[in-house]
Amino acid sequence: MPWSYLPHTEQDRKAMLAAIGVEKAEDLFTDIAPDLRLNRPLQLPVALAEPELVKHLTALAKANAHTQDYACFLGAGAYDHYIPSVVDHVLRRSEFYTAYTQYQPEISQGYLQALWEYQSMICQLTGMEVANASLYDGGTGLAEAAMMAASATGRKEFLVTQTLHPHYRAVLSTYAKDRGYGLTKIGYQDGLLDLEALQAKLNKNIAAILVQTPNFFGCIEDIQAAADLAHAQGALLITAVDPVSLGLLEAPGNLGADIVVGEGQSLGIPLSFGGPYLGFFATTEKLMRKMPGRIVGQTVDTDGKRSFVLTLQAREQHIRREKANSNICSNEALCALAAAVYLSTVGKTGFQQVAAQSLHKAHYAYQQLNRLPNCKEVFSAPFFKEFVVRLNQPVAAVNEKLLADHIIGGLDLETYYPELKQCMLLCVTENRSRQDIDLLIERLGAIG
Amino acid sequence: MSIKKSKELIFELSQAGRRAVDLPACDVPEATLESLIPARFLRKKPPSLPEVSQPDLMRHYTALSQRNFGVDSGFYPLGSCTMKYNPKVNEDAGRYPGFSLIHPLQPEATVQGALELLYNMEQYLAEISGMDAVTMQPVAGAHGELTGLKLIRAYHRQRGEQRTKVIVPDSAHGTNPATATVCGLETVEIKSHPDGSINLEALQAAVGPDTAALMLTNPSTLGLFESNIREIARIVHEAGGLLYYDGANANAIMGITRPGDMGFDVVHFNLHKTFSTPHGGGGPGSGPIGVKQELVPFLPVPVIVKDGGAYHLEQDRPLSIGKVHAFYGNFGVIVRAYAYIRAMGPDGLKQASEDAVLNANYCLSQLKDDFYAPFNRFCMHECIVTSKQQKQYGVRTLDIAKRLLDYGYHPPTIYFPLIVEEAMMIEPTETESKETLDAFIAAMRSIAEEAKTDAALITAAPQTTVVGRLDEALAARKPVVRWKE
Amino acid sequence: MNIPQELKYSKDHEWVRIDGNRVTVGITDYAQAQLGDVVFVELPEPGTEVSTGAGFSVVESVKAVSDIYAPVSGTVLEVNEALADAPEIVNQSPYEDGWIVVIELADEAELDELLDSEAYEELLAEGGQ
Repeated sequence: MPWSYLPHTEQDRKAMLAAIGVEKAEDLFTDIAPDLRLNRPLQLPVALAEPELVKHLTALAKANAHTQDYACFLGAGAYDHYIPSVVDHVLRRSEFYTAYTQYQPEISQGYLQALWEYQSMICQLTGMEVANASLYDGGTGLAEAAMMAASATGRKEFLVTQTLHPHYRAVLSTYAKDRGYGLTKIGYQDGLLDLEALQAKLNKNIAAILVQTPNFFGCIEDIQAAADLAHAQGALLITAVDPVSLGLLEAPGNLGADIVVGEGQSLGIPLSFGGPYLGFFATTEKLMRKMPGRIVGQTVDTDGKRSFVLTLQAREQHIRREKANSNICSNEALCALAAAVYLSTVGKTGFQQVAAQSLHKAHYAYQQLNRLPNCKEVFSAPFFKEFVVRLNQPVAAVNEKLLADHIIGGLDLETYYPELKQCMLLCVTENRSRQDIDLLIERLGAIG
Repeated sequence: MSIKKSKELIFELSQAGRRAVDLPACDVPEATLESLIPARFLRKKPPSLPEVSQPDLMRHYTALSQRNFGVDSGFYPLGSCTMKYNPKVNEDAGRYPGFSLIHPLQPEATVQGALELLYNMEQYLAEISGMDAVTMQPVAGAHGELTGLKLIRAYHRQRGEQRTKVIVPDSAHGTNPATATVCGLETVEIKSHPDGSINLEALQAAVGPDTAALMLTNPSTLGLFESNIREIARIVHEAGGLLYYDGANANAIMGITRPGDMGFDVVHFNLHKTFSTPHGGGGPGSGPIGVKQELVPFLPVPVIVKDGGAYHLEQDRPLSIGKVHAFYGNFGVIVRAYAYIRAMGPDGLKQASEDAVLNANYCLSQLKDDFYAPFNRFCMHECIVTSKQQKQYGVRTLDIAKRLLDYGYHPPTIYFPLIVEEAMMIEPTETESKETLDAFIAAMRSIAEEAKTDAALITAAPQTTVVGRLDEALAARKPVVRWKE
Repeated sequence: MNIPQELKYSKDHEWVRIDGNRVTVGITDYAQAQLGDVVFVELPEPGTEVSTGAGFSVVESVKAVSDIYAPVSGTVLEVNEALADAPEIVNQSPYEDGWIVVIELADEAELDELLDSEAYEELLAEGGQ
């Protein structure tokens, strides 16, 4: 039976076996004792030819409601921003996507340069001095930042604000447990981290404070205040940020952040049911050699030409082994490439426009919603593109009704914050039209 | 791809006022920024992103792609990385709106197709590995290792045991010891036999009441099958430890033998190696793990359960190690691997492994006269030769690798495994034809000849690439890691 | 391989120059050659207490990394700041300009545990470590 991915004909196989000096393929497997053999076919579905495969996969895909058919008001760490057509055209260049990591720099200059440009753009956004070539996602990026802070400060205690994405906190907790890190929760007031509680819990054992801005509720945190408090005790400030917000909001690097991480999915990467996403990671020159992940550096070749190469590799697991501070090997390079292409495509003014339109549309929706008798304001703090409203019935029931009108409603916050009963976290990006928003308002009003 | 000149940076192409996409005007009322956000939170200076037109942008990235080598460009026999062909229909499937445009927090009822695919993929991988349950959440091999060791820790902890040591052979991938450290465990390295197989006496001496696990790659990082695996499993299990299978080399064994039947308790697969998903230039990958029954309660949340005809994400799992990823792993990668398994079917997967082993042995048989082959036996899916015979001419493995670039090939993995001096690890994969292998073998033989007659040609290589050898020391001593205005 | 006679050596390839109760410490010519191009030296803070056999500094090259172990116990008095900007000095002049730290000895008797140049040469002849 021929498989199109396997080039050998039976004749090829015979010729090769003869060249090796054996009769049959079986003879090459003599190291595997007979009692270790499977000795039966794998119980898997039979092979599908390409047209059958396409039919099967299309049917599976059709069983999902997607954002081409539904207006999505769901955010909470994954966002429906517009992805310009050129992004995928670049990603489909198979010289990029079928390549391995750039360990042979002479034939990887294109990817190395693209990643170096990506690092530069992340530095531009965050106001930091160095960025790596990506980590897995926002959640693991935050956990890596904590491990780096522990190594840099020699301390093992962390203050974790409850306005941080609950999933990121959960990932952090999984990573922290086996390393003996202490995680102390810092509560919130009116949608913002409780700075007084933060100050009260700070001491010389704290490695870092972990803050998200805009936070999980969409509200904008006072990073500068948190940084000042942290630094007074020799602790670091780790900030998770929504990169799109940085089109308008001050760069965390200018507000005292020591490590800036975040979910880069908003930068040209499709929702894809949660992955692959992009953990971006930036820090100061001082902390550069403690940073996890691959880093591309500029250098020269034998003729003195500008060229690029993976650098500071002595930090990494393949060299440092059990002394490495992170075990990361594969990263999300193609997603970093997508982000670089996205940022180059929207460009300096377009990027500000995406941020500004998200802000204005979210505020328009917020104002309209608050006029409905069945929606109540929950927090008064300034917000970016996400906000919270309290409904007069369970969020899940409302969302089910909205689906009938091809609207994907917001997140049920009670799942994560029991005190926020009937509270919905909504997100409005620039990709929602006024028509989408007006329909949402109308339907929510009608649900009563 | 041999235009010997630097490529401009995207920042150097930038001209104020240009853009590569047009965005619609804002269709809602716009209040002033300051009325919505306090001025102290607003940016004083926008990020200096490039400003380029769409045609210039496409040319920039096309030029960069032409300065890069992928599997579609040519033969890529990078040992331990399984650079097999990435089927194109899988790339399409990952982009179907029903897969690529679904939000991870949508109501379960609206993503039944996605959950079905994930659930079935878990079943397929359980069958291929001989394990009882699988989680698709880890997004890379190293992430799978981390998840696996955390499961093992949780298992021991639940039994009231303090086991803090992970045994790894000295031939292991760097991720194994690094993962142990990240999981708060101590690495005990044991010396392998010269052929990379486990020294049973060393293992017996290393195990004890503090042994949490042994991490093992099988076939080993030397491309050889560990024949004593049953005995190894017995030693570790009798000491109360568990066996972790590093699936980096699983491309040799599909449908032939299974880690679960060898005695392993936890296994990770690299979908971007064994199951044909693209490496993406370093990622995204996917590193699902399979476990035996006793470890199931500790799997990361959420766990997909099938209830009648419907699929659910189960969050309430009291013994779970918790979350390892913000959502459910690299779904887009899993879609591609699923498509691969469905296209190959059971016989196709087995044939793939057989052909991978055939190709590696064919390369070994054709190269062992011109290059030193340290192991005189059949290999699995990859083989090792070294530059020992070329050393007398002043030619090292690095030089041979660079010379291969001039012949249009991506070199094999070099200087790994660490226990073989001047190693070149060749993994041809099953997707390469005999003609491709013959051409590569001819190139290698030609380099062996050049070593004798014109060694300088090799030590000065590469000559045909867009840049020559790089000053890596300069890059690390004076790091320039970003563009500055 | 350059192995100056006037120095003492550890089995981990550090050298020691004795000057009363102050000792200067660096890595040997053999060690720098094994590492290759040194790109970074992580220096301890002056005042740091070090104990024999414990790592107190890290030397990185492009493709390797090595802990530097204290050959004697004591207190770090000086560190070679020049290595911060020019780590390559360790390659160029391992025994002179490429010194790493000066340590004030806690116990002079520890010096007797170190190898002399002949013993170190023998160690290398046996295949190093």
